Order: sequence, then structure tokens, then C-alpha cells
Amino acid sequence: MAVSARDGWRQAANGALLSPWAKPLVFAAALVPLAWTVWLGWSGGLGAEPVLESVRQSGLWALRFLLVALAVTPLRMLTGVAALARFRRMLGLFAFFYAALHLSTWIGLDQFFDWPAIWKEIVKRPYITVGMGAFLILTALAATSTDAMVKRLGGRRWRALHKGVFVAGLAGCLHYVMLVKGWQTPPLVYAALCVGLLAFRRWPVRIRPAAARASADTPARRFPDGSSPARRS
Amino acid sequence: MLFRFPAPSAAREDEVTPRALVLSRRSVMAGGMAAVAAGGIAGWLQTAPAAAFKVPTTIQPPDPKMDAPTPLKSATTYNNFYEFGTGKSDPADYAGTLKTRPWQIVVDGEVAKPATFGIEDLLAFPQEERIYRLRCVEGWSMVIPWVGFSLNEILKRVEPTGSAKFVAFQTLNDPAQMPGLKSWVLQWPYVEGLRLDEAMHPLTLMAVGMYGEVLPNQNGAPVRLVVPWKYGFKSIKSVVRITLVRDQPPTSWNRSQPSEYGFYSNVNPEVDHPRWSQATERRVGEFSRRKTLPFNGYAGEVASLYAGMDLRKFY
Repeated sequence: MAVSARDGWRQAANGALLSPWAKPLVFAAALVPLAWTVWLGWSGGLGAEPVLESVRQSGLWALRFLLVALAVTPLRMLTGVAALARFRRMLGLFAFFYAALHLSTWIGLDQFFDWPAIWKEIVKRPYITVGMGAFLILTALAATSTDAMVKRLGGRRWRALHKGVFVAGLAGCLHYVMLVKGWQTPPLVYAALCVGLLAFRRWPVRIRPAAARASADTPARRFPDGSSPARRS
Repeated sequence: MLFRFPAPSAAREDEVTPRALVLSRRSVMAGGMAAVAAGGIAGWLQTAPAAAFKVPTTIQPPDPKMDAPTPLKSATTYNNFYEFGTGKSDPADYAGTLKTRPWQIVVDGEVAKPATFGIEDLLAFPQEERIYRLRCVEGWSMVIPWVGFSLNEILKRVEPTGSAKFVAFQTLNDPAQMPGLKSWVLQWPYVEGLRLDEAMHPLTLMAVGMYGEVLPNQNGAPVRLVVPWKYGFKSIKSVVRITLVRDQPPTSWNRSQPSEYGFYSNVNPEVDHPRWSQATERRVGEFSRRKTLPFNGYAGEVASLYAGMDLRKFY
């Protein structure tokens, strides 16, 4: 069977993503926002409200990583680049990492560990309640993200639990929409992207056949269905 | 007049920076220009002699630890001026397109002598420096040395009739100059309103400058309202129209989310914004939060305006 240009591209992409450098590179890249924010904070580049800005930045990056992690499966289906699935867990964990930074900067730098006040805010302010909900889900997913936990829970239960990422994504976007004054554009764009990424999962079959058939011919087929957690690496 | 106040020009003793200190700050900024020696805004306020920059004699030495003026850079780069975008740095980045000359404020409605004031007319009013706290509804605050004159100077000239009960304000609404008007975050033009007695109150300021300099575009040039005991969004920027009216006029944020932003919007630590607490605030430039004061610390001057009113209802 002749290898089309498209397949050639796909094979190259798969090859690159499977290289031993790919994961360390993505890992390092995912730390750039943190390094950049710390550098800005240190050099006075966070503006007039550095505390608020670092809370904001960590929250934004949590949301961005969450959306990127949610984009892995649709992207894999559209392009047939199966090796993309290797990065899903790491991206999801970075979403959790930035969400944890977001929460801890809020608790420590904005509220000064005033626990009664923090608890009152969490219960009283719907946008914080929703954000906390998203964070708790992400915590549960991060805690069960190891191969050992997958085995312990069993594939079926693990998958059911990790569907929670959809709820976390929506809750994270809602948190953002709710916290700004008025209907501002950026939070609505995030929410629209999130809904789009989830909706894609409802109708993937119709978009997918060509890519799926093609991907069946690639070596990457070694990694089936990205919905089961990566067992390699 | 309607009111008598022991210290009409506001600034409580604990919040005033010595003029020398403000001037020395400016001298650093201006590279020690002769403007300092010439005495402040006279340089740009060509129509008035240096003496017109009258610092009220009622102000006392400050307590810089309590209420030092916010660094100029923060006050000019951290702004809410949605006509230029919803980001805090958008106004500083994009307000360069605002043309502040020529400029007019049309004053009409329930008045005996409707009038149009050119910016030159407004600059010719005796100017004062007033150091006010500014409390944003979002939970941050600043201390800003404004330059301007009491709004009642304008209102007295147009002679409100007996049926004038409220004052409506309007911001410039020109998409060619204001890229943010493309957004539907608010209904444009931005409008605000005060009760007539609030508008006549000597604390209510029309500012044409700050930090001894002409008002930067992002801060609402060339002329804006400053109502120090209300949340910042009441202090409407780049005003083009003032209309005296019989009924309570619509206000932009109230129209957008009535449950969150009332007509009065007095700073009140007891009444939370539905989405966040108003009990504390972070003074820009400070690390820890401080307690928010009723009427932003101006209760002595203005609380009587609201005697008998349920401030939870009229938030």
C-alpha cells in the first residue's frame, strides 16, 4: 500500500512525539509560565497588584492546561496522530499543578491563611464554591493518576472517575465567567472552547473515519484508544 | 448653601502628603524640571497664574504610614476604563487615541441657564489639590492627589431649578477614539448619576489633573468626576454631558447587574458585593489587606446625607 503524503506527515509526527526527548521537552515547556510569572514578580513586572496578578495568572494557566489536556483526544481523532495520547496525563497533571498554585496563592498571599474567612468565602461565594469543586475533582484525578492506581481501581472504574475532568473543565470555566465584572469576552472564549471540546466527543464518529482508518496503518496503533491510561513510560 | 462643613476640602489630616513631598516626587518624574519651581500645574494651566494652584489651607500634616499617595505608576497603569478594554492595563495601553482637545461639557436639563463649558473654561476655575482615597468595588484601593474643583462650581453657574433632583453624567461615546466600545460588556455610553445633594457636596470633585500634572488619558482626561465616598465606578471619566433631571437616572453598572451595583454604591464594609466581601481592601502597593471604612473614611462629612436610609436596601 502506498504511503500518502498525509501518512508520511502523520508518521513523522508520531515519531517525533515518541522520541525520548518529547516528554522532557513538554515538561520543561509547561514550567515556562511559572518561571515567567516568578521572574515578572521578582522584577516588578506584575503591575500594581502583583498578588492578584499571580493568583490570576496561575488560575489562567490551570485553565489553559486543562483545555489543552481536553484537546488531546479530539486532536488525536482528527489527525490520527495516536502518540499524542502519551502527553495527556502530564498535561492534566500540570493543570492540577497550576490550580494548586492558584489556590495556594489565594489562600496564602491574598487571604493570609485566615481560615475562618477563607471557609466563609468558599461557602458564601458561588464562584469560589465552583472553583473549589473543580479543584477537588482535579485533586482526586491527580491522586489516581499513577499506573498503580489505575490497576487498583480497574480500568472501568478508573475511566468513570476520570470522566470527572469534563466536570472540572466546565466548572473551571464557569468559575472564570462568574468572577469577572459583566460579561467579558475572555472567560466566554474559554467556556466556548471547553464546551466545544466536550461536544466533539459526542459526535466524533462522523468526523473521524478517514483519520481513524489512516491511523490504523501507522505504527502508533501500538497505543490504542487514548481513553485508557498510558501504560508505557 | 445646602451644607456647612468644618473641612470642606476633604482630605482628612491623616492622609495628606506634604506638598513638598508631592512636588519632590514630581521633580523626580519630570527630571527636576523648572515646573517645580514654577509651582505645579501653572505650566499646563496657561490661563491661570501659579497662585491659582491653591492648596487648601485646611489640610493638616499627613500620616504617610496610613495613607501615602499611591505610586503614580500604579495609578496610571492599573485602571478600569472599559471604553479602552476590560484589562487593567488596557487603558494605559490604548487610551492614547483619546483626543482631549477641544473638549466640551454640555450642562442642561432642569436648569435656569443651560451652558456649555469648554475645557479652557473648566481649567480657569480655581483649582485645588485634594488627596482622596479611591476604593474600587473590586476590593482594591489607592490614594490619589487630584487637582480640580468642586462640581458645585459648575452646578451653581447653571442654576438648577426646583425640580432638579438628580444629576446624570455621560462619558464620551466615540468608537473612533475608544476601541473598547466594540465590546458589549456594558451598554454605551457609560452613564452615572448622583442625587443633587450628593452632587452639590463640596467633597464631590471634578478633576482635571492628578499628582500635580494634567490628567492622563487613562485616568479619564480631560475632566472626570471624583466621588471619594463611593465605589470608583461612580467617578465617571471623560465627561461630556451633565444633565439635571427630576428622576433617578440610569447608571451603567446598575443597568448591567442591578443586584450587584446599586444607584448609591456608597463604600460600605457591612454590605458585601454578592460575589465578594467588601469588609477589607488591598491598598495598591501594600501586601496585606486593610479594613474598609464606612463611606471610605468620609462618614464624618457625608453620612448625614443618608440619615434614615436603610443602606442595605439602598446599596
